[in-house]
Amino acid sequence: MTESTSKKVRFGIVVFPGSNCEYDAKHALSTFPEADPYYLWHKDDDLRSPDVVILPGGFSYGDYLRTGAIARFSPLMGAVSAFAETGGLVLGICNGFQILTEAHMLHGAMLRNRGLRFICHSQHLRVERTDTPFTSDMRVGAVIQVPVNHNEGAWTAGSESLQQIEDQRLVVFRYCDADGRITDAANPNGAIDNVAGIVNERGNVLGMMPHPERVCESAVGGTGGRRLFGSLIHHVLEGP
Amino acid sequence: MFRVSVYVTPKAGILDPQGATIERTLPALGFEGVKNIRVGRFITLEVEGNDADAVRKDVDDMCRRLLANLIIEDYRFEVTAAGEPE
Repeated sequence: MTESTSKKVRFGIVVFPGSNCEYDAKHALSTFPEADPYYLWHKDDDLRSPDVVILPGGFSYGDYLRTGAIARFSPLMGAVSAFAETGGLVLGICNGFQILTEAHMLHGAMLRNRGLRFICHSQHLRVERTDTPFTSDMRVGAVIQVPVNHNEGAWTAGSESLQQIEDQRLVVFRYCDADGRITDAANPNGAIDNVAGIVNERGNVLGMMPHPERVCESAVGGTGGRRLFGSLIHHVLEGP
Repeated sequence: MFRVSVYVTPKAGILDPQGATIERTLPALGFEGVKNIRVGRFITLEVEGNDADAVRKDVDDMCRRLLANLIIEDYRFEVTAAGEPE
């Protein structure tokens, strides 16, 4: 038996009180031999040298006040913000995306879904950018299938900042139909411009409402999320 | 001590699905001619101190940093001295 000494990509998964997708994220990453996922507690003060920080889905602090509004003040979020400011990779999934908008690490804010329905289904997404560390293994215009599972996912922004966001190409994923068409009928929650995921200007922080960690194995319904984690691993190991 | 009432409401132009749903329901109850329903949040708090201006400044800071999200919400508040005889 030989033990591999090659570098592993360290994924720090932040657990808040009320998070519930941290196990899924860790399990999904365990299917990548190059990944070394570990948990962080929101009251920690040290990220323990991650390559990527993941803010997982769930209901941090019971979604009290607004989704993500309390979690953004967790002690560890200061370190997450500092990590991002030095170019560190941060991925917020669902509640993690909500936390990142509340922390002003990403543009916009979340409203309750149009129709006031909690939605839970497999959703088509169109890949808008592949020049990010999160999507470099994808194709522009590709359609991937990833589940959505949320009540407050109608991303919105003021009209002025929306124009800036589109001009700067910050939208990475949009809700679409099976053929990649961006239509209102394919928009599950009323998000402006069918936005499902955005990055910051620097491109090192991604927030997305759909759950790529739930589709990393064909045994559990699909593999539409694998390329996202694969992109991150390749980015860290091989550089941009 | 001061009693504070904070009103947080959706900004003009921001979609308010709760308000829209209530607006569609009221005619079914026989209430016609009701429009522009907006659903917000009413928060009450008590703040210790003797200086109303200092309390106002603190509450404004609370609103900006936590109680409201200024991208989608507006806020206003009222501060009244508590514990004094009427």
